[in-house]
Amino acid sequence: MKINLVAFGIAKDIVGSSRLELNVDDVQNLGDLKTQLCERFPEFKKLKSLSLAVNESYQSDSFALSENDEVVIIPPVSGG
Amino acid sequence: MIDIQIKNSPLDVQVCIDYTNHRNAGGTAVFIGTVREFTKGKKVIRLEFESYEPMAIKEMKKIAEQAQEKWSTLAIAIHHRIGVLDIGDIAVVISVATPHRKAAFEACAYAIDTLKETVPIWKKEFFEDGAVWVAAHP
Repeated sequence: MKINLVAFGIAKDIVGSSRLELNVDDVQNLGDLKTQLCERFPEFKKLKSLSLAVNESYQSDSFALSENDEVVIIPPVSGG
Repeated sequence: MIDIQIKNSPLDVQVCIDYTNHRNAGGTAVFIGTVREFTKGKKVIRLEFESYEPMAIKEMKKIAEQAQEKWSTLAIAIHHRIGVLDIGDIAVVISVATPHRKAAFEACAYAIDTLKETVPIWKKEFFEDGAVWVAAHP
């Protein structure tokens, strides 16, 4: 399945780009994707937290993914 | 009344206060977040903020709506700046008007505390010998 990743903050440094097309196997939901991301980019495991957003909202690990979904990687936020 | 803005240019505190001016208000609390020169003893040269703007706006709106529900705020303005900021520059302004002062303080504190936890905005600190994304690692 092809997923379109968008990365901000330190996530952009970790994946090396602000946009990335990722082909993943055996991925049904965001939890699966998170696991694969951490395998491909071990630096994610060192972060304080890692959230994923779809449709401009935080989504839980059980959120079902479809082909060509746009997933935004949200590393620990630090506004204010 | 809710006014949410993300701006690439200097923030105007008075604009936020004016927005929250309300005839039933008995108090207005204003929080101004600024760039300080030292972080854990290290001298900061500048900061850079970036946001996932559509979601950041949504999350800030959510915070304002929660404050409205919980403290019956009459008006709330939350403005956040992005881009390059220097020492002393204003990164965020929150102005909250309520009928009585206690609610204004509480709602304002809630808004900035929650913003720091949920709004997708990231701060990078630049030092003389490098740069770090703030709060990324435990």
